[in-house]
Amino acid sequence: MKLKKALCVALTAALAVTAFAGCGSKPSDQENAGGSSPDAAAGTEASGADTAGGTIKIGGIGPLTGGAAVYGIAVKNGAELAVKEINEAGGIGGMQVEINYQDDEHDAEKAVNAYNTLKDWGAQAILGAVTSAPCVAVGGVAQEDNIFMLTPSGTAVDCVKYDNAFRVCFSDPMQGVESAKYIGDHGLATKVAAIYDSSDVYSTGIYQAFAQEAENQDFEIVAAEAFTAESKSDFSVQLQKAKDAGAELVFLPFYYSEASLVLKQAAGMDYKPTFFGCDGMDGILAVQGFDAALADNLIFLSPFTPTSDDPAIQKFVTDYQTAYGETPNQFAADAYDGMYAIKAAMEDGNVTSDMSPSDICEAMKASMVNITIDGVTAKNLTWEASGEPSKEPMVVKIANGDYAVVDDADAEGAAADGAADDAAESVIGTEAAAE
Amino acid sequence: MKNPSGRTYAAEGNEKYTGWGNSMSFISYFINGISLGSVYAIIALGYTMVYGIAKMLNFAHGDVIMIGAYVVMASVSGAGLPPFAALLVSVVFCTVLGIVIESVAYRPLLNAASSLAVLITAIGVSYLLQNIALLIFGANTISFASIVPVPALALAGGALTVTGEAIVTIACCIVIMIGLTLFIRKSKAGQAMLAVSEDKGAAQLMGINVNGTIALTFAIGSALAAVAGVLLCSAYPTLTPYTGAMPGIKAFVAAVFGGIGSIPGALIGGILLGVIEIFGKAYISSQMADAIVFGVLIVILLVKPAGILGKNIQEKV
Repeated sequence: MKLKKALCVALTAALAVTAFAGCGSKPSDQENAGGSSPDAAAGTEASGADTAGGTIKIGGIGPLTGGAAVYGIAVKNGAELAVKEINEAGGIGGMQVEINYQDDEHDAEKAVNAYNTLKDWGAQAILGAVTSAPCVAVGGVAQEDNIFMLTPSGTAVDCVKYDNAFRVCFSDPMQGVESAKYIGDHGLATKVAAIYDSSDVYSTGIYQAFAQEAENQDFEIVAAEAFTAESKSDFSVQLQKAKDAGAELVFLPFYYSEASLVLKQAAGMDYKPTFFGCDGMDGILAVQGFDAALADNLIFLSPFTPTSDDPAIQKFVTDYQTAYGETPNQFAADAYDGMYAIKAAMEDGNVTSDMSPSDICEAMKASMVNITIDGVTAKNLTWEASGEPSKEPMVVKIANGDYAVVDDADAEGAAADGAADDAAESVIGTEAAAE
Repeated sequence: MKNPSGRTYAAEGNEKYTGWGNSMSFISYFINGISLGSVYAIIALGYTMVYGIAKMLNFAHGDVIMIGAYVVMASVSGAGLPPFAALLVSVVFCTVLGIVIESVAYRPLLNAASSLAVLITAIGVSYLLQNIALLIFGANTISFASIVPVPALALAGGALTVTGEAIVTIACCIVIMIGLTLFIRKSKAGQAMLAVSEDKGAAQLMGINVNGTIALTFAIGSALAAVAGVLLCSAYPTLTPYTGAMPGIKAFVAAVFGGIGSIPGALIGGILLGVIEIFGKAYISSQMADAIVFGVLIVILLVKPAGILGKNIQEKV
């Protein structure tokens, strides 16, 4: 009996250890990484306290464990890389930056808990939350406290509902509208099917805006099929309906892990339309074991392409790979630009470390509309007072197992249309050949 | 098939003739439904086996499936084993895992005052396994390369295809179902299982090693989980630490649907659940698929509270 008790205790201990380890930071983290507990962060604070300008505390919220952990960890890494660079270059107006990332497990209630932890820790601005639902929840409480909030990747409309909140990425409706415009402008198809995750605010938001904009475009939505988080392993019905309706293009406004299944199942039923996705599609080639040939000619809107020739992007990619051993995705890039946006807005607003979070928020709100960032997700990235970023969407097409930027600087401009149309035609050409 | 299942099927059939009238896609949906259902069925077999004998719901079953799939993935891509050897490694690993879980987490609680204690522990084990997988393998999605060597079967001049995975899964379901039934009816250990499921106390008095029998049940259940994990991930090739959770719950529903504790019931329940889910999506609404599935479940349980093959529950597997 004693042995059994001991085993019970051991198991409980194992459970507790795993739970904490799950929340913890990766072993590869920087020494300055801002651990996930306030205690660890306090340690780094002491070492930075001798700096003249004091320390500015930035809180981060994102899913570091759970199904969306890929995004949360990428944001944390991207933000910490930016913080490291900023601190080495002398900080924000002489102030060293300290960042503390809290896990929300992609859960709205836990995100509010994480926010409260950060508030107790003394966060003066928030870089987060990473995913939409937690971001909306944190937005509500952050507005009451009047704390400045910049979400790198929260795409739901309500993420920037209040005037203290801004975002780096495109909103869901903007992605839907831009996708519909791109398909229409480039004549990619006349019959389009859409498959979306009706249990997900990101996917539904994009789909609704897409469907609305489609009415103004030269194509028809012949099938609109949904799936939910509870039934996301079988897409045979949705694909069959798209195929029966004769869709030449299938719009997939959801994340790449489901999309990799859709592509595989479509190939299994010998259905070869053009697939078109949004920023959630980014990373599909990184799915371990995924047959890249299935994704050939897949087109998606993405704010960030690690293979770009741009020197700033190349430097970011190399530094990130050195620090974390993997290629950064757009979430890391959004967070990296987000951190620099916070720096620019704080400098523009003459923020000092002894100001209250509310005063800092007022200063930064005014400054956000003044700043321009030449970041890794866009050149001339600016913000509107509504919190929305203003930037050009980038269109990426997968060819030969790699991402390639479709040169489409100005979709409305007649001059640029030639090259992009060629690209579009080549898509349809290969499709016809395949049939 | 028995009456209630036949009725469901007929209702779905009517839907098709009045609504769409495209018989080719109807057959195609039907095949897809059976493929999906066969995956639910093979998971449900493990649930129902453990419930039938140990009288506990092993909610960690879905996560043992996930672990089994990771073991195969690691042995194939990491250690370079051939698929069949990898499957054997996975079966052995999951069997040991099942015995360990049972002896550490469940056995001390089997005689606890409330049967809820074991249920909660099972949920705890489920999260423990997910978090361990998250620590070891990370949250990244892995595309699982199918290890099923059977090619797809083309019917009606290529208009319909049945995937090799579906054929193998259904075949495995039937073989396992027959094997388990024979094992329980004919072997000494199987007779002991029946006795334990009838009355633990009396079985012990008759000289049956109750703990050993329950451990054996978990060992078999977990070995089945390894097979199910490989088939699940071959048919729907994404693998994350959460892969087992939702199919596990659906399979639990399938087991209740078919009559929990009944081995043939798990097969029928699983296939029906898959077919209803696919038809619901195809002919009613893809947004409402789950509402339809669970709506049908409620109706069937109202009519037959013990599930489709609920009568068999007297036999205790």
